[in-house]
Parts: sequence; C-alpha cells; structure tokens
Amino acid sequence: MSAVIEVRDVSVRFATDFGEVEAVDGASFEVREGEILGLVGESGSGKSVTATAILRLIRRPGRLTGGSIVLGGRDLARLGEDELQKVRGTEITMVSQTPRTALNPLITVGEQVARLFVLHAGLSKADARKRAIEMLAMVGIPEPERRARQYAHQFSGGMCQRVMIAMALATSPRLLIADEPTTGLDVSTAARILDLLRDLGHRTGASILLITHDLGVVATTCHRVAVMHAGQMVEVAPVRALFAHPAHPYTRALVRSIPRIDCEVAMEPIPGAVPSLLNIAPGCRYAGRCPWVEERCRQIKPGMTEIAPDHLVACYAVEDGRARVV
Amino acid sequence: MPALCELDDVKVHFPLRGAAAWLRTVKEHQASVVRAVDGISFQVQAGETLGLVGESGCGKSTVARALVRLVRPTGGHVRFEGTEIGSLSDQAFNEVRPHLQMVFQDPAASLNPRLTVRRMVEEPLRLHTDLGAAERRDRAEAVLVEVGLGLELADRYPHELSGGQCQRVNIARALVTNPRLIVLDEPTSALDVSLRARVILLLEELRQRHGLAYLFISHDLATVRYLAARVAVMYLGVIVEEAPAAALFDGPAHPYTRALLAAVPVPDPDARRDPFVLSGEIPSPIDIPTGCRLRARCPLAQPVCAQPVPYREVAPGHFAACHLV
Repeated sequence: MSAVIEVRDVSVRFATDFGEVEAVDGASFEVREGEILGLVGESGSGKSVTATAILRLIRRPGRLTGGSIVLGGRDLARLGEDELQKVRGTEITMVSQTPRTALNPLITVGEQVARLFVLHAGLSKADARKRAIEMLAMVGIPEPERRARQYAHQFSGGMCQRVMIAMALATSPRLLIADEPTTGLDVSTAARILDLLRDLGHRTGASILLITHDLGVVATTCHRVAVMHAGQMVEVAPVRALFAHPAHPYTRALVRSIPRIDCEVAMEPIPGAVPSLLNIAPGCRYAGRCPWVEERCRQIKPGMTEIAPDHLVACYAVEDGRARVV
Repeated sequence: MPALCELDDVKVHFPLRGAAAWLRTVKEHQASVVRAVDGISFQVQAGETLGLVGESGCGKSTVARALVRLVRPTGGHVRFEGTEIGSLSDQAFNEVRPHLQMVFQDPAASLNPRLTVRRMVEEPLRLHTDLGAAERRDRAEAVLVEVGLGLELADRYPHELSGGQCQRVNIARALVTNPRLIVLDEPTSALDVSLRARVILLLEELRQRHGLAYLFISHDLATVRYLAARVAVMYLGVIVEEAPAAALFDGPAHPYTRALLAAVPVPDPDARRDPFVLSGEIPSPIDIPTGCRLRARCPLAQPVCAQPVPYREVAPGHFAACHLV
C-alpha cells in the first residue's frame, strides 16, 4: 500500500522563558492509502503538535525546525503560505477535540457546511445547500433539512462532532486528522462517532490519522499504531502486533497501566513521570523511566529497527535482545 | 447489620423558571420540573465500594450532592449510620460531616487558589475538631505523606501543582477527618492514563487500610470494574440495574447496561464486540417517557414496556428494572 503522506524526521521547537524545548524530536511515520493510523501517547507526548506540524499551523513561539512532510510529491515543510492554504481544508482536513467551539455560533450549521462547497468546489449557493444537507444525512444526523437551519448550541456534543466530520469530509480530502475526536463524549456516543469515522473513511477513501490517548479506541478503530513518548516516536506497528507483542518498554508499560473492562488483570502504573523537556539529555527520553536503561540510551537516541514485518521499535535493549519481546 | 448509608426513594426535582416554563404550566396544567433524580434507593455497606455509573445527564452527580446534602432532596430519605440527615439542623449535620466526605470531579477547580496545600488539608480539622495548631499540623502532614505528596509540596499553592497532585490534595482533605464514607465524583476523569492508574491504586490502598467505604461515581466502566464490589447503573434519574461487579460486567441483565458495556472500546483488537446499540439520544428529564424510560430507544421493546416497570431480583443480589428479564 502506498503512503498518502510521509512524515520524516519532523522536529518542532518552542522558545520558552527557560530555554528552547524540542516538543517533537525527529518523528517519522507515514499514513497509507485508506488506513486509520493511531497516534497515541500521554499528555505532553507531542501528538497534537505533530498533527499541527503536518498542517503547518504551529504558532509562535513554536516552529518547525527540520524534516519533511511529503504529500502527493510536494514537501509541505517547504511550501509557501499561499500554496499551503490550498492544501489545508481540501487535501488535509481536521476534526478537533472540542467540536462545539470549532463551529461558528452565529451561522447556521447548514450554512457552515455549504460555505465549504462554495469556497472549495465553486458551487452556487443553492447547490451548495443541497450538498450540505446530503453531507449531514451521510454523517447520520436525523432530519437533516430541519437541523441544517439550526445553530451549534442546539446540537448535542455528539451531533456537533458529526457536523465536524461532515465538514472535514466535504472536500474529499486525502487525509483526515482527527485529534481526540471522542474525548468528552459519552461512551455510547463515542462508539458511534468511531463507527462513523471507520465507515466513512472506508467509503470515501480518506486516510485517517487518529490522535488519542485511549488504547481501547486504538484497538477498536485503527489499522496501525504509532506510539509517542515525550516528543519521540518509540514504536510503530500493526494494531494486532502492538497489543500482542508490545516491544518498547514504554508501550509495554502503557498497555499494562490501564484498567480493563474485559478481564480482571492487575494494573501497574508507568514508573516515573513524563520528563521535563527543558535541558533533556540527547538520547532516549524514556531512559529515566526505563528498567533496561544503560549509559548509551542517555547519550544517543536509538534509531528505528524493524523487529518483525512492519513493526518498528526505537530501543537498544530490544535491538540487543536484552528485552525480549514476548 | 444496618447499612452505613442508605438512600430510600430519593427524588431531586428542579423547578424550571422563566417564560417558557410558565407557558408550559399554563398549557399543560402542570408545573414544569426537571426530574434529575426520580426515586433512587441503594445502600452502601461499611468498607465497601459501590460504583454508580451512567452517561452525562443521568443524575449521578445529583445523587452524590443529595447524599452529602449539597442539594436538598424533593422526596425520600437519606440515612447515614441510621440517622436521617435530611431532617437534621445545620448544626447537627455538622457533627455528621467529618464522617461523610466528598472528592469532586475537577481536581484543580475544587481547591482554593489562595490557600496553601497545608492550610487546605488542615481546614477540616479547624472546623470539625478542637485539635491545637501543632496537632493539626502533625495530622495534616501525616495524611499528606499517606496520599503520596511530599512535604516539600505542603507550602505550595494549587497553581504550582499538577493535576494528579491536586487530586491527591483533594483526597487528603477528604481523608483528614477520618471519614467512614467518601463520595468520589469522577475522581479520575480529568487525569492522564498513567496518573489515573496511580490514583486508582491509591484509593484502593486507602480503603483497605482504613476500612473506608466509597460511593464511586464514574462513566469510566473499566475503572469501576477495578474498584467497585457492587455496581448500580443509572438511566434518566433512576437505577435500572444493580449487581455485584463481576455479575454485572459478565452478564448484564438490563438492555441499557448491555448497550453501555458494548460501547466501551476494549484494548484488544481481537475482542468480539457485542453489536447491541440503542437508537437516538437520552430524552430530556423534563419529558420522561411513561413505563420503561428506555423503551423508545430499546431494540427489544415490546408493548408491555409501556406499563410501569417492576424492579426485581433476577438472580441473588442482582436487581434489574426490565419487563423482559
């Protein structure tokens, strides 16, 4: 399967009062044709910053300091603002964590969706309106004609998120970035939003980059998973391999740290805390929390090694076979 | 043995105000009320954790507030150690308060930004005990250590703490008066995965060490399974099912519970998913359907579901309100 977008060695730095912070340290991954790639990690792991970097929307004091983001033969890291503006909202779209605040409270929901068709497809107002209602129906909003005339505050959280998804898919993008799309929604609403994403991704052919901290969401929704810790990519694997044979010590700890609803197993918190990124050692940023740490881990960042087909891990202990993958 | 805490047919109704409510009253000849909690009964035994689960708007937080008398029930009885706390004077209720504490959902917002950690943990002792300054200090420090906060944090203010540390301060503050019951309203929902695991383990350790009882309110079913001995499921102001945790999670009797469990994403890509889904969204607690409250959304609904639903024991210790079980 070919890649829709290839992110290579992307780094993002933020200038703070206390010095420079490298929020993303050389992250590499690709999102393939028609797949859902999960990007997981704790708060502060750099997953949302990575997504903003793909859209080139990092705000000061942050900046993209290196790497390439290749979409359809163009490197977004090198494009000018005018050209980027043509990519955003058409080829790459985004669904955010707070659907209610992402919608304009002063314009009807139907009008907001219709404007996309006027802006990006050049449709007339009447045609755009018709297409907007079709989109609302497609994302499962009941009585779309009546609902199109309503405002965001008249929609529940789950319905707002459906509108966001309709807007994100309106321009038939190649890549949809969904940043914690179900956080803050009730379980049953969340389950239906994920079903919708899966189904529409499949039907429209859009690839999805799904950012989440919930391993349950990853297991039920994604094809492949990329795990981030403190700004570094530590493991990329097909979803089954990640849960059956997690390799990186961080991934292993993460999988064991969650309470399970499906079975009664002991829960072990991840040792230590996410390290401060100020004056952090150049090597692996999990070194301070890792049971297999050795001196070179702190000095030189381990590269990604393929330990099984399509299963990449950045860890010396796994490379050397000291930490056997179970 | 009498229960530590007992709710008996507790109702909390909020009147609607404003012109729209007035119009409704005139048109429909009945006062408009939000029936947030609409007749709830359960018991919490000493030393046990009762999980109370349900989706947003089902009334679970209102139950918590009624239990600690932050809202006055419209009807029913709340008893704590045999005493009806609804009829107590404020002064008499102050005698009960140290034994009945609460930890709120938002760890940072429930702390006073102008007080140090030490002062906040000492505050309940000032209010409820006649300990001297030195004794209060010792007691507060002992509790801070117990919840895993270093004493170097004792003189900090809430804005200098992380979310996990704030929640530990809340737990310390609830614990400092040696309570017998702590109401925990979504204590882990604002925390990150790794912090969540630690707070859960801390709560369980404290319960075992002090023989505490918890009313653990959450929409996070996996955490409830880990902590609770028994679980009650709320839907639209009533309890639809109550059972020992293992029985409820392995064999839910009520269709609502089944749908709720089916919706939880399981961290196992090979897990088989129960495709049981309810239609539509939760109705407004102003217009509560007659008969079974779930019937308009339930795929199993029959004509009989329009009749009032009995709350029956379907297996030993396992109760459900459904015509079809």
